[in-house]
Amino acid sequence: MSWGFLRDLLSGVNEYSTGTGRMWAAVVFVFRLLVYVAAAENIWRYEHDEFECNIKQPGCENVCFDHFFPVSHIRLWALQLIMVSTPSILVVFHVAYRENREKHHNQKLYRNPREIDGGLLCTYLISLILKTGFEIIFLVLFYKLYNGFKIPRLVKCDIRPCPSTVDCYISKPTEKMIFLCFLVATSCLCIILNLSELSYLVFKYSVKCYLKRDTKKQQ
Amino acid sequence: MDWGALQTILGGVNKHSTSIGKIWLTVLFIFRIMILVVAAERVWGDEQDDFVCNTLQPGCKNVCYDHFFPISHIRLWALQLIFVSTPALLVAMHVAYRRHEKKRQLRKGDKKCEYKDIEEIRSQRFHIEGSLWWTYASSIFFRLIFEAVFMYAFYYMYDGYQMPRLMKCSAWPCPNTVDCFVSRPTEKTVFTIFMIAVSSICILLNVAELCYLLTKFFLRRSKKAGNSKQQPNHENKEETKQNEMNELISDSCQNTVIGFSS
Repeated sequence: MSWGFLRDLLSGVNEYSTGTGRMWAAVVFVFRLLVYVAAAENIWRYEHDEFECNIKQPGCENVCFDHFFPVSHIRLWALQLIMVSTPSILVVFHVAYRENREKHHNQKLYRNPREIDGGLLCTYLISLILKTGFEIIFLVLFYKLYNGFKIPRLVKCDIRPCPSTVDCYISKPTEKMIFLCFLVATSCLCIILNLSELSYLVFKYSVKCYLKRDTKKQQ
Repeated sequence: MDWGALQTILGGVNKHSTSIGKIWLTVLFIFRIMILVVAAERVWGDEQDDFVCNTLQPGCKNVCYDHFFPISHIRLWALQLIFVSTPALLVAMHVAYRRHEKKRQLRKGDKKCEYKDIEEIRSQRFHIEGSLWWTYASSIFFRLIFEAVFMYAFYYMYDGYQMPRLMKCSAWPCPNTVDCFVSRPTEKTVFTIFMIAVSSICILLNVAELCYLLTKFFLRRSKKAGNSKQQPNHENKEETKQNEMNELISDSCQNTVIGFSS
């Protein structure tokens, strides 16, 4: 059980997506998942070992690390990737439900069970809204937890059992900040792609509905 | 989930590439991705642990390491490989879009569609012409840009491509100018030079491929122009031949008629 599952999910969802949806899947796969696995994971691997405080007091380093990093960046990043990819499962389930229904009734109930119309359109739009919502929630969480997207070299800590205000040094802060900026940039790009796909679908189907009504009136 | 997934995607693009493109892909997989995963990652694996500064001052090592290595070579290479491989996805998307259009035509029962079933469309290899040519050429152009940008970034960040043994650091909280020693500097220099050399080879291959595509494009254009000029003369020759044939036929008919009448 690893990221391979997410990769398979993204490839599966690709079949039922619009062009923008496929672009979104490519961005998530190449610029977020692959960068996470190939590069980012290793930067945060020894973050606790390499976190150093200017004191020999036992327990002080542990307590300070826990205070400044309640949830590590890399874990938040992984959670974000999972949460953002999961709404696509709704669409997969709905298509499977449609195909099962057709098999069960042994007749053609839909013009094309995989085409985005009717109920599947609602499911697709809901999945887009959820994806965008999760992206925004995680970006806000990152911002609130770490007071912005900067990682300082030095943090001052005065929590018990540290006897006084102690200097603590974070390892590889510049590299971490570069990858954090990369994460934020790709998140924003994904939000833009989701919103444009949402507006495109809403516009397309409103025009379709309007034209249908028009032809009916004329008849 | 690792580089294998990228390999699967790029392998699909291989079918529609030129021969130089296939060579480039082979160089990318064997001499860059494989070397990165199998060898380079091990060399840089212990980079911070074995980065030693001649001081016991807590925090000095962390700060000096961060100052001299804002982003590790290994990560920069991983990013370079990802960015350099991405333009090939444009070609993959364009091919997928063309296949999708052909499938749609087939389903509608369009007479223009020259394929008879979906399996044929799936296995079809598209020639690099028309809009696909532009997508392919743009992908090569972007590859070149990314390679050049990353090579320059390497040069700029690390003041050249050599890894020194000793670095002098005076960033706070180091008490004074402190000697810091990099782990495995020679091995790292060797691998850096190797990766730069392979990057340069990839740049040359991309330039050659671009020149090849441009040459093919202009040759095709001049052929078309040549063909359209020749066609009117050709038509005249056909007409005169047909006229001669008609005359012969009419003469022979007349002769037979005369023969019958006599």
